[in-house]
Amino acid sequence: MANKITVGHVHMSGCTGCLVSLADNYLGLIKILDDYADLVYGLTLADVRHIPEMDVALVEGSVCIQDHESVEDIKTARKKAKIVVAVGGCAASGNINRFDRGGQHNQPQHESYVPISDLIDVDVFIPGCAPTPQMIRNVCVMAYLLLRGSDDQKALAAKYLKPLMALAKNPIASKANFNTLMQEVINVGLCMGCGSCAGACPVRAISMEFGKPQGARDLCINCGACYSQCPRSFFHFEVMDEYEAITDIINGAMK
Amino acid sequence: MAAPLGQYKMVLFARTTDKEILRGAQNGGIVTALLSYALDTGIIDGAVVAAPSRSKPWRGKFDPWRSEPIVAMTRDQLLSARKTGYNISPNVMMIKEATRSYGLDRVGIVGVPCQIQGVRKAQLYPIGMRGVPDKIALVIGIYCMEVFPYQSIVQIVEDHGGVKMESVEKIEIGKGNFTVVTERGRTIQIPLNETRDLEQPGCHVCLDYAATLADISTGSAGSPAGWSTVFIRTKIGDEVWKRAMQAGLFETKPIGQVEPGLGAVEKLAVEKITRNKKTLEDRDFIGTKGLRNPYITT
Ligand code: SF4
Ligand code: SF4
Ligand code: SF4
Repeated sequence: MANKITVGHVHMSGCTGCLVSLADNYLGLIKILDDYADLVYGLTLADVRHIPEMDVALVEGSVCIQDHESVEDIKTARKKAKIVVAVGGCAASGNINRFDRGGQHNQPQHESYVPISDLIDVDVFIPGCAPTPQMIRNVCVMAYLLLRGSDDQKALAAKYLKPLMALAKNPIASKANFNTLMQEVINVGLCMGCGSCAGACPVRAISMEFGKPQGARDLCINCGACYSQCPRSFFHFEVMDEYEAITDIINGAMK
Repeated sequence: MAAPLGQYKMVLFARTTDKEILRGAQNGGIVTALLSYALDTGIIDGAVVAAPSRSKPWRGKFDPWRSEPIVAMTRDQLLSARKTGYNISPNVMMIKEATRSYGLDRVGIVGVPCQIQGVRKAQLYPIGMRGVPDKIALVIGIYCMEVFPYQSIVQIVEDHGGVKMESVEKIEIGKGNFTVVTERGRTIQIPLNETRDLEQPGCHVCLDYAATLADISTGSAGSPAGWSTVFIRTKIGDEVWKRAMQAGLFETKPIGQVEPGLGAVEKLAVEKITRNKKTLEDRDFIGTKGLRNPYITT
């Protein structure tokens, strides 16, 4: 297809789990690369040295502010990409890198890591550790529809992406961890005990006490999944009421 | 939100023809019959349902007034999960468990409207729900006005009702009352406006009564005794319902024919949504800054 969008995978300080998650779409990834997106940049996947112009930059990892090359790279990614997506907890909220204290050979002074939105404007957040293959897939399909779809498809994609774009602009989301769920949902009387947060947590840090989530904060890695998965962090009826149609569109696109 | 009753292809009265299920059912036995049929025919491999608590035994057995989610994989498990109290069971936490730990490819789930919202969000925005979206095979919703934390149920039964939890045989919420029936046959009715403050606070911002995002939703509202009203909402719901009808699983009556009917369901839905929209508006005026509304993103 001629009308594909261009996508790059920009690797900051992350474990490559996000990239593996993208690949875990298996045939879905092939479908995306065949029909919707050309991969124009990616350390391990494309033989391109410098970050090129692209429609969508999928950024994985936090930025080490003592690593000047990384700081330059993230600025370049912002300049060259129309849409910057923070893929995964490290890019979106700092995740496990928040606990880094340096000391690693051969740059022991590399000790301070921030989510990319601390340094540049980000358009879309995909929290979670690892972010799920299906979530990355959905955003890829929606980004394609937003840039190349019919007017109706553009409107739908914009609606779908809106909460993920709002997360990217929300300073709370770039510091998300269990406390965020606590402060933004439970403490303000919105929790109804559905358990989505506990199901979403990759490290099983959340249990239910008196019908409400309680976090083992020592286990929490700051991935932000619980907060954004919660139906009471954001829930847009104008999107959710279209649940069946949107699912059909995504499934149709992956056929 | 669209209409108070949501989108649907069909609404009718139904009850199951499965005598064993009907005997222990609260109404028409729709949920248990559908899930049991879906298990038998391979539409699902297992179902997330609320079951009496195993972790906190009661009268030497499972506590029916405290619910906990399980992944039911047999008809017996479904039958034992029927009589649960009016406290919420965190069912959505089990959907990833069902697909990952249990390795199920086709998961059924039952829930009240807010839980169905959680399931649909997990499917459209599977942020921490790896592998879940494509494996949800059947979503059954139950109408819901409100629930109570378990500790509130204890307080209502023991302090307002004046009987011990251990003596409770049946709890029913509806027709304006919180009704407790004891083992020895005493019936105590506490008006729901006296128990309102003890409800789960999160229910007071809830804008769905009829589980509008489920494949099939059901409840007793509007139906004659022993029957349920059933909404068939999605393509999946339609397909499963047709198959179940062909298998002779349900008797049905058209809804126009019998009072109180659809109007009664709609009335409850509108009542709940109106009241809770008011709560959301009032939250804007808590303190001088107001509290967050989860349905609006600026
Ligand atoms: S996901 Fe949100 S509403 Fe559901 S139990 Fe967790 S905090 Fe409460
Ligand atoms: S509690 Fe779990 S899901 Fe929530 S931020 Fe921490 S690690 Fe992530
Ligand atoms: S009233 Fe709403 S929030 Fe409360 S249990 Fe029922 S569906 Fe959930």
